[in-house]
Amino acid sequence: MLTIATGNRAVADAVKAAKPGVIAAYPITPQTEIVEQIAEYVTAGDLDSRYIPVESEHSAMAACIGASVGGVRTFTATSSHGLLYMHEMVHWAAGARLPIVMANVNRALGPGWNTWAEHTDAFSQRDTGWLQVFVGTVQEAYDATLMAFKIAEDERVLLPVMVNLDGFTLSHITQSLDTVELGDFLPPFRLPHAIDTSNPLGYGPMTGPADYFRFRWDIERSMRDARGVITEVEREFAERFGRSYGPTEEYRCEDADVVVVAMGTLGKEAEVAIDRLRDEGVRAGSMRLRWFRPFPDLDLSGRDVVVIDRDYSFGFGGVVAHSLKSKTGIEPYSVIAGLGGQEVTYNDIADFVRNRHPGKEMWFGVSDHV
Amino acid sequence: MYEIRIHSRGGQGGVTAAKLLALAAFRDGKHATACPFYGAERRGAPVVSFVRIDDEPIKVYSQIHEPDLVIVLDTSIMDVVDVLDGLKADGTVLLNSAHPVAGCNGTCRHVDLTGIALAQNLVVAGSPILNTPVLGALAKVGIVTLPSALQAIREMFSDERNVKAAEAAYEELKI
Amino acid sequence: MSAIPKEEYLYKCTSACAGCSSSLCLRYVLKAAGPDSVLVVPACCTSVIQGIYPGTAMNVPVYNVAFAAAAACASGMSEAFAALGRETNVIVYAGDGGTVDIGIQALSGAFERGTNFLYICYDNEAYGNTGMQRSGATPLGARTTTTPGGKPTTKKDLDRIVEAHNPPYMATACSAYPLDLYKKVQKALSIEGPKFIHILAPCPPGWRYPTEKTVEMGKLAVKTGTWILYEREFGKLAISGPSKAAMKRPAPLEDYIRGQGRFKNLSPETLDLMRQQVQQNIQRLSREEAGVC
Repeated sequence: MLTIATGNRAVADAVKAAKPGVIAAYPITPQTEIVEQIAEYVTAGDLDSRYIPVESEHSAMAACIGASVGGVRTFTATSSHGLLYMHEMVHWAAGARLPIVMANVNRALGPGWNTWAEHTDAFSQRDTGWLQVFVGTVQEAYDATLMAFKIAEDERVLLPVMVNLDGFTLSHITQSLDTVELGDFLPPFRLPHAIDTSNPLGYGPMTGPADYFRFRWDIERSMRDARGVITEVEREFAERFGRSYGPTEEYRCEDADVVVVAMGTLGKEAEVAIDRLRDEGVRAGSMRLRWFRPFPDLDLSGRDVVVIDRDYSFGFGGVVAHSLKSKTGIEPYSVIAGLGGQEVTYNDIADFVRNRHPGKEMWFGVSDHV
Repeated sequence: MYEIRIHSRGGQGGVTAAKLLALAAFRDGKHATACPFYGAERRGAPVVSFVRIDDEPIKVYSQIHEPDLVIVLDTSIMDVVDVLDGLKADGTVLLNSAHPVAGCNGTCRHVDLTGIALAQNLVVAGSPILNTPVLGALAKVGIVTLPSALQAIREMFSDERNVKAAEAAYEELKI
Repeated sequence: MSAIPKEEYLYKCTSACAGCSSSLCLRYVLKAAGPDSVLVVPACCTSVIQGIYPGTAMNVPVYNVAFAAAAACASGMSEAFAALGRETNVIVYAGDGGTVDIGIQALSGAFERGTNFLYICYDNEAYGNTGMQRSGATPLGARTTTTPGGKPTTKKDLDRIVEAHNPPYMATACSAYPLDLYKKVQKALSIEGPKFIHILAPCPPGWRYPTEKTVEMGKLAVKTGTWILYEREFGKLAISGPSKAAMKRPAPLEDYIRGQGRFKNLSPETLDLMRQQVQQNIQRLSREEAGVC
């Protein structure tokens, strides 16, 4: 059905379609609309889920862990400090091989209090064993959330998936949304290691180095296998519902001399900048990085690359710029922009391209090339 | 692309007005986005919302700096916020006011949305509802069609008085 | 004791310390709960006692979870079972640190939400698993590795905190009275909603007494009135048999203190304070049971 919705509403609608058995909910700006909307669906009887209004994000993820291993599909949503507060359990969920889906509405971290978009919250969880996808439109928030359940629950993966959307910029924007009739796209939830009292197992007891090490390798092996599963699921989604996605979204890249790499809404805004640059005769393209874990293979050889990081690893650099550098060997022009909701327009992005200094880093509006 | 900036105070319905406008434009077959610019959620604080309407898909997420149309739901904001900032030379201003307001350049129009809401007894928690009558005024200005404006209102609200208020604003606004 | 089933759910291959009373309690808890039960265990002695992967001493599923997370994890599991129409018992078995300190927020949340589960805190009055550091449940005067001069503050009154959540059932128990514990677990599991049992679990290495005195130590805790056994069903207090007599004529507190290395060199003032506390506690519960609050 074609309608309009906010990014938050789109996530809630995808959750309604996926019908989790248990949803743990704790409010935090700018995610709150998701858990509010889901509460409305559950209260109205439109969604037959057990809704646990937990007292903290740590408990939200703990409840999802208990519910998932109990044998049902589970969902929660968070943001920023909420994500960091549950950090311990974020690790636990992946280590326990539980296909939990969580929406994270990307938001800056205090102090000072700032509720606007930034990606540092999600990147702080990049080593937890969660798959991470970043979306750029309301429609994609809906589609990616649906696909997240299927990818996570695939027996070749059995890892949790975090769907990331930019705080306010995407969570609160209203755009068109085409909701789907899911049919049998999502199979019934099946967890091979769900708790079964007729087969009493010990879950996560004391484990020696040899077994522990093997379990970690199992996670990495599944993370590698996840690339293929993601492609399969995205292909099936495209066949069924007509919208296709991949590890990246490329725009006018074919003949580009310079490519802007960005994530989330900045990746869409970049496309407008590319059109402006093309009008000026600059052969520019953009590449919106959708999947961050597992990190995709990128083909950017022979081009200048401008990376916009809405995040920072202090004492090191922009997380995306350095990930890209380590994976491709390319020395990008690293632009740090949009932290704490800093306004970045397509004109600004076009300027980044015009004034690029490969190998240098620049904090937009704050520092010169360093 | 047609860009609209809505000024209101928290609780006056500016954010919903933006959503309604986007929905109406969407029902007209256009692409539209509506985005509030929030600080902390508190009543009475000045709030800005942005609406973009275009024939092509809209990829811009940044704020609107050079609007084609500025809507002011509460003219008392004009004492503290420069609502005309960046308004295009041929831009339009729509004010919720029974009278013309001094210092408004460009094409300035006014309509008493508050009076219309009160006449329909459209009041929630002591505040007149402005977000539905303003849709009627916007239809008159030609931003969306009246049928789409009324359809959008009906999709979001079941109370028919909202439709009546929009129709009244459509009639009352002088072009 | 004839009523207690012979089936064992805790095998004799645990990694518990000699004289461990908490594993003794767990044996009776599981006998009362039966095979359609799941244990949720945060970091505590039971994390170790259950055995090392791939072995396990447990004959029910055990879900190990992070320190602060037991009650919340059990909430999710309980709701999942409800969604699936299963009536499996969800039982948290947590130490005092994981309950009165780091886990109290999740505990409070789960009780406020009315989670259908049984939360058991086995209380050895310190962080035993990590070598006896003080917890909020460590009593006044007790020496631990982080209170080498004796704990200067009193034991956190966990039961009154739980009581403030108005659970349908809560009780205290002690490892020295396994039949009493067994009956309380059975009763708790027959009631819908959040249930709580607080077990005093004497700990030979932590309290510094000889291993063979574990049962005696529990009995002395009850006989001196230091630990009072009771049940509270829908708010109504009922003192349990062994404590009824003890409360009328408590044994001298020194009988309990004397045998424990952790209370060595108590000052007369501290001992006096401890005595006052025991008396106050007895008085408060006696008055409440008699309806003269």
